Amino acid sequence: MAVGLPENLFLTKLDAAASWARSNSLWPMPFATACCGIELMATAASRHDMARFGAEVMRFSPRQCDLLIVAGRVVMKMLPVLQRIWLQMPEPKWCISMGACACTGGVFDTYAVVQGVDGFIRVDLYVPGCPPRPEQLLAALIEMQEKIKRTGTFTGREFAGRTKSNGPPPFDRDEVRRSQEAAGVPGLDIYTPPEIQLGNAGKLN
Amino acid sequence: MLDLDSLHEQFGDDITESIFRDNRRIIVPSDKVYFVLEHLWRECGFDMLVEMTAADYLEYPGATDRFGVMYVLLNTTTGERVIVKTHLNLPDPELPSVFPLWHSADWLEREIFDMFGIKFEGHPDLRRILMPEEFTAFPLRKDYPLKGRGERHNFPVITRADS
Repeated sequence: MAVGLPENLFLTKLDAAASWARSNSLWPMPFATACCGIELMATAASRHDMARFGAEVMRFSPRQCDLLIVAGRVVMKMLPVLQRIWLQMPEPKWCISMGACACTGGVFDTYAVVQGVDGFIRVDLYVPGCPPRPEQLLAALIEMQEKIKRTGTFTGREFAGRTKSNGPPPFDRDEVRRSQEAAGVPGLDIYTPPEIQLGNAGKLN
Repeated sequence: MLDLDSLHEQFGDDITESIFRDNRRIIVPSDKVYFVLEHLWRECGFDMLVEMTAADYLEYPGATDRFGVMYVLLNTTTGERVIVKTHLNLPDPELPSVFPLWHSADWLEREIFDMFGIKFEGHPDLRRILMPEEFTAFPLRKDYPLKGRGERHNFPVITRADS
């Protein structure tokens, strides 16, 4: 005997249901260090209204957030703070790197500025622009939601493999040499150079 | 108006003066600079240290000394401004701190120490102010490469246990 479904029921997978709920209620953690932060504020404000996509609850406590938006350049002194905030966010968590500086260091190719936060934390989505317009950030948010719906699982098992940063090795030959020569600061164990996987671009000689 | 002759009488003839776009500069040897500044503060009414900065004259045309340190002083009663300039050389550039005269020198001297490695003797708390404490170089020296010597690859990687 066939049993029909009542009208107010639908069938889905648990993974899809969880991802659907998570993707439509992202709580961003604004890590706004520069002019991209202004665009981020504009995105959240009335004209562009990020609330339309369920991501209006900006929390300044990393324990309550699941989407880190790195907006602006990150300098050496700020990087421990960024790493700590990222680690303090509970899983499931995602990261948007907003703007040229957060993605690559941008025009600030200097001794103090981190050349892309993806060398140190796991970045899901890169937003180009200097700074990106709010529409671009909204597009990134929608893309982020699509990604969560595509890859999310109920138990969050996809996060088990996301322990390392995913940034590319330095492209510039001098940069590669310099990174290899970077010596740890004597007496400070935490200052060990990060392991850098050299692709074809990074081969010396 | 500050009289250069009185400075000559008190501190000797190796104090010179130059004017560029209405900015009056008094160039003082580094061993006398604290006494000249103290004189300006006590006797001439320069009660505000507006700005204090340094410059690296490496490969600068015609320069004979490596570093220049400038004190921009203001007399808040008369509105008169004067720039006191002194020169320093490697190794171990060092000046007496003017923190006892103007407390605004506190962070300014820390910044100069951070960027140029010029030490200020008698400063109450001479630490780096902009760069991280672990940084070892002095980045505004002209012989320091713009992209650094690998410091930006040499960060602490914080683990979950540390956070």
